[in-house]
Amino acid sequence: MLRVELRKLVRRPRTWVSIALLAGLPTLVAVFLKVTGIGPRPGEGPAFLAEVLNNGALFPAAALALVLPLFLPVAVSVTAGDAVAGEASTGTLRYLLTRPVGRTRLLVVKLIVTILFVFLAVVIVAAVAFVVGATMFGVKPLPSVSGQTIAGPEASWRTTVTVIYVAWSMLGVASIALFASTVTDSPLAAALSALAALVTSQVLDLLDAAASVKPYLPTHYWLSFIDLFRTPILWHNVSRGFGLQGVYILVFLGAAWANFATKDIKS
Amino acid sequence: MTQPSAVATATATASAAIRTEGLTKRFGPVTAVRGLDLEVFEGELFGFLGPNGSGKTTTVRMLLGLVFATSGRIELLGQPMPAASRAVLPEVGSLIEGPAFYPHLSGRANLTLFDQAGPPGAGGGRATRRRRVGEALERVGLATVGRRPVRAYSTGMRQRLGLAAALLRAPRLLVLDEPTNGLDPQGMREVRDLLAGLVAGGTTVFLSSHLLAEVELICTRAAIVHQGRLVAQDRVDALLVPTGRVEVATPDLDRATALAGRLPGIGVGEPRAGRLVVQLDGTSPEALNQQLVEGGVRVRELVMVRPSLEDVFLALTGTRTGEREAPDAAG
Repeated sequence: MLRVELRKLVRRPRTWVSIALLAGLPTLVAVFLKVTGIGPRPGEGPAFLAEVLNNGALFPAAALALVLPLFLPVAVSVTAGDAVAGEASTGTLRYLLTRPVGRTRLLVVKLIVTILFVFLAVVIVAAVAFVVGATMFGVKPLPSVSGQTIAGPEASWRTTVTVIYVAWSMLGVASIALFASTVTDSPLAAALSALAALVTSQVLDLLDAAASVKPYLPTHYWLSFIDLFRTPILWHNVSRGFGLQGVYILVFLGAAWANFATKDIKS
Repeated sequence: MTQPSAVATATATASAAIRTEGLTKRFGPVTAVRGLDLEVFEGELFGFLGPNGSGKTTTVRMLLGLVFATSGRIELLGQPMPAASRAVLPEVGSLIEGPAFYPHLSGRANLTLFDQAGPPGAGGGRATRRRRVGEALERVGLATVGRRPVRAYSTGMRQRLGLAAALLRAPRLLVLDEPTNGLDPQGMREVRDLLAGLVAGGTTVFLSSHLLAEVELICTRAAIVHQGRLVAQDRVDALLVPTGRVEVATPDLDRATALAGRLPGIGVGEPRAGRLVVQLDGTSPEALNQQLVEGGVRVRELVMVRPSLEDVFLALTGTRTGEREAPDAAG
């Protein structure tokens, strides 16, 4: 079943278009930076971007910071939102379930494929960004956000943890979208409701009046991976981010399963 | 299943391919299916008749474990549904409310993906699967177009591909919901022949349809549902109660009307389109014919009017199919 779903993912043009777009944005930014040589002033603009002009090795982290707030969640929401609702809207869901593919199994496989897509997207973005950053700006030992330099192997494991952190955050998004996908038969509605939840979270996160709920918002710790590039690493927000996303993943996957396992399939 | 006693019980219950008891489904305030008791024997071609919105599709979905019954029991091939889905469904092929495919993939690729989803069935090897897909395509006459994307298929071709998908694993039971939808007369005929061949080979076919003519042509037994209730379940020839109506075509219309009126137990209607319509109550058609011919009427044609689904409904329920007690949400 996993093989079947993977083949569907790979043979769908949308998969590759969205990954190309994801990798294209940071590349476009890099071209502008390189051509003009004008970076954001240190401490302003997207994370790391000011330092990228001097050191391409920071570009993968900068690229992830660029796509994380909007692009990546959109791609993830669309993919996860399509997981069940897409099959419902084409009518293939009823035939899959009568093969039979167990409902729990179908949901698990869809989730695994979504996770693989997220990892694939994040890794490709990071890899493309590394190549682009290295060729355009050259690679030096990483200067940490705190001022000291980070040596090569140290830098690569920090980047690895960053990729895992971002993917884990996106899994939180995927869980919300997957739940929505089991509720509606429209893949668009599922993706939109997940995005609506994220936009609401990001708006509240900017609001001082909402200070009391901020630590529980799904998007609150998204960019905390920046702390991984401090010396010493500030683990506090990163670990809180891991934990919070874990709760979201658990709750929404649980809800998705409970809903889908008992649902009347009328599509 | 190696113990003799277990085998004995299995074969004892296996005589019914489908059995439902008091099957009921409510969607909120709407009751789509009420207390349905069906019994479909193994090896027969069973018709499941009802007008659109009578609960046919909801019933089919409950049989296949897609919709959960509010109350009642379902047995498929001797095992309880939906509890035994994993064991039973691999032996069941289905076509539910029209076929569905991934439009950007070819017919062959769709069938291959579909074949690989779920338990492998008998012979899960790659070569076996490829042969199985090829055979299914051939059986429905799509062997030559199997490589085109489904997007480019006509309604009839999609319907055939849907049938091919249902036949992939040589199922013991076929549950088909309106399988001839969108087919031309030639295609309908081919499907009928295909089904007859399958039944001859021992497959049980449960055919849901709103077309009496279709069921009449191929089914041995049928159930009729109306507003979610079972109206009748019997042999098709027993269900087709004669209408008692006879149409007489003759050039001597006035004379025929007068003569027919003299017979006892007969109701003569207004002639329509040069035909005399007679309701026989107690008189035989042959007596009518004799009366007319001896009276000098030249009878060109004398036909017993075949009952339509409408007539069968009227006879069984006293209501027309269009009349409804409550709006029905699900088909």
